[in-house]
Amino acid sequence: MKQLMLGNKAVARGLYEAGCTIASSYPGTPSTEITEEVAKFEEIYAEWAPNEKVAMEAAIGASIGGARSFCAMKHVGLNVAADPLFTASYTGVNGGMLIAVADDPGMHSSQNEQDSRHYAEAAKLMMLEPSDSAECLQFTKDAFELSERFDLPVLLRLSTRISHSQSIVDTGERQDVPLREYKKNPQKYVMMPGNAKGRHVAVEERQRAIKAYAENCPYNRVEMGDRKLGIITGGVAYQYAKEAFPQASFLKLGISYPLPEQLLRDFAAEVETLYVVEELDPFIENHCRALGLEVKGKEEFTLLYEYSQTYLRERIAGEKPEYLTLDENIPVRPPVMCPGCPHRGLFYTLHKLGVTVFGDIGCYTLGAAPPLQAMDTTVCMGASISGLHGFNKARGSESAKNSVAVIGDSTFMHSGVTGLINITYNKGISTVIVLDNSITGMTGHQQNPTTGLTLKNEPTYMVSIEKMCEGAGVRRIRVVDPNELYELKKIITEELAADEPSVIITRRPCVLLKKVKKNPPFHVDRARCVSCKMCLGIGCPAISMKEGKAQIDATLCVGCDLCQRLCKPGAIKKHDED
Amino acid sequence: MNTTNIMIVGVGGQGTLLASRILGSVTLQSGLDVKVSEVHGMSQRGGSVVTYVKYGEKVLSPVIDKGEADYIVSFELLEAARWVPYLKMGGKLITNTQQIDPMPVITGAAEYPKGLVEKIKAKGVDILAFDALSPALQAGNAKAVNVVLMGVLSTMLGFDKSLWTDAVKALVPEKLRQLNLEAFELGVKAAG
Repeated sequence: MKQLMLGNKAVARGLYEAGCTIASSYPGTPSTEITEEVAKFEEIYAEWAPNEKVAMEAAIGASIGGARSFCAMKHVGLNVAADPLFTASYTGVNGGMLIAVADDPGMHSSQNEQDSRHYAEAAKLMMLEPSDSAECLQFTKDAFELSERFDLPVLLRLSTRISHSQSIVDTGERQDVPLREYKKNPQKYVMMPGNAKGRHVAVEERQRAIKAYAENCPYNRVEMGDRKLGIITGGVAYQYAKEAFPQASFLKLGISYPLPEQLLRDFAAEVETLYVVEELDPFIENHCRALGLEVKGKEEFTLLYEYSQTYLRERIAGEKPEYLTLDENIPVRPPVMCPGCPHRGLFYTLHKLGVTVFGDIGCYTLGAAPPLQAMDTTVCMGASISGLHGFNKARGSESAKNSVAVIGDSTFMHSGVTGLINITYNKGISTVIVLDNSITGMTGHQQNPTTGLTLKNEPTYMVSIEKMCEGAGVRRIRVVDPNELYELKKIITEELAADEPSVIITRRPCVLLKKVKKNPPFHVDRARCVSCKMCLGIGCPAISMKEGKAQIDATLCVGCDLCQRLCKPGAIKKHDED
Repeated sequence: MNTTNIMIVGVGGQGTLLASRILGSVTLQSGLDVKVSEVHGMSQRGGSVVTYVKYGEKVLSPVIDKGEADYIVSFELLEAARWVPYLKMGGKLITNTQQIDPMPVITGAAEYPKGLVEKIKAKGVDILAFDALSPALQAGNAKAVNVVLMGVLSTMLGFDKSLWTDAVKALVPEKLRQLNLEAFELGVKAAG
């Protein structure tokens, strides 16, 4: 049946049709919806793991156990999972295994713009790269056959415009694949040096086999057109290039690694001018150059951000687009914390206290933006706690009394607790604030080990943040509602002063959760408003100045009452107050 | 390979995703090739958001670049002004006149520009500017601005009206169906 389907959903459909039975992932934009969609199939066991490394190891275990298994992550998640990735290349698989990794060129929702194709080459694994939803479905389905045929986990590289674009797919039936027999095989699965030496030989033999396969497979396609212009490309860049130059000759690569050397040479010999069009790094280009092929690439195109058909027309043909411009200064509209966001009270307090804040990955990274500007660093998942420890070891105990780490509940489970153990073990005295909003927020509300629900929304054991901190050796653990500004400030001040590690858990659920009751919008009594702009200091998008007085946008306000707490003249009123 | 290119722009949280999915469904049901490119993640949090819908015999690139949009449907006035350069020469701009201050305006670092509709008109842009919030509130919910705007757009693209109402029915939760169908009708009327 023909359907309009998100790339991520098409991957999930491919998993279903391929008879995959186990999926374990950690959410990360733009990969998240794959696993959310997988969870809707009763035939597939699907879970959120605490982090990508655990997810990949679960998928490896399931594969060894004979199942067709899957894990998904964003590009930076693959860094976390790199350890198992490289050795799973040695062990190979039993049941087929697929790893989806979604890159984010343009950094729509990421902290860097790394190119995951390098992992395929470094780990010596096959990587498929679809160009639309139909290929997402087909490549996913086929990947399991390839995985089992060549005895390797297969990588599926997606990017934001593939993951988050809907295009037409034709769905098929599910193939039921029986669980393969598990046979104890330490030479293959116990990677101690003696065995790993043998497996490395197998990996290099496999390299020859997959390179030969890439030369003649259905995923790499030559589309001969005008021979004056030849373009080698893949992924979404193929769509941009094909739209810009429909008459040109194309070598469309559906396998990003290994690259088909003979096919590249043959195609190069057929065309006059040859371009390599790929977003981010010159991965295909470098391979072409190593083969001695004359190609144009990154000397013409940027290493940064996303491409488009217009950009390629301009760079290759010198065609400039025609468009209107307004002679007007249009203010930017950066993302902000939502009205009623439980993080707002905390960042307002940290801003007022003027402390150094080591930040982490989540909605609360927005605490770095004006007017709160209460963040000094953000590196990667978990780096708030471990980074703060290093910072304070470098700068001494006075620094520890004037700095905090902030980390969300899901990020704390992901890789925060190890940093906390480093603090207690190594006699640090840093103060850590865990922002427990009862959900994984930024990626769109995924359950995590602290929420008491599984990916499939089944009630489960709820991991206690307090008890984990206790177990790590923290004696000073405080819990506070971040909207109770007075109490919050008092607790932070006390814990900063303490000569031992402390954890403050700011607990208030994400306002976007359905179970959180929204109150009717507040309003401003203009007669009472003294235009002090205290309420603007919390950076709530619902509050602005109109004709010299504060005003609350009734369509945005959820009645959280944070602004009312700051309004000394009492001008901010509940809906039923005059 | 001519495609019709439509951008749906607004402020994160205004429901641009649903609007693009309604439009995507209409084009699919009419037998055309279509791509809908969405925004998820951080940029959704009250930031400037854009989704692209492209349809025709064959659609390749999922994105729309400067000078390529046949239609821009904007949920907010400042966003309409922001995306004007993406309009094709002779393209049509449909915008809600609702104003939502971005954070730099709230903090006083910038001003919300005045007279935007007139300034856009002065550039020769074919613009339909109207208050889409009132009909949404009339239908029963401020969040129905997205469906009001799809009602307006439906009068310009030449697809059967039943395709639109079927798409609305299929894509909104059952308890909000009647409200949204009413919002759609009010949008059709607003188009004149």
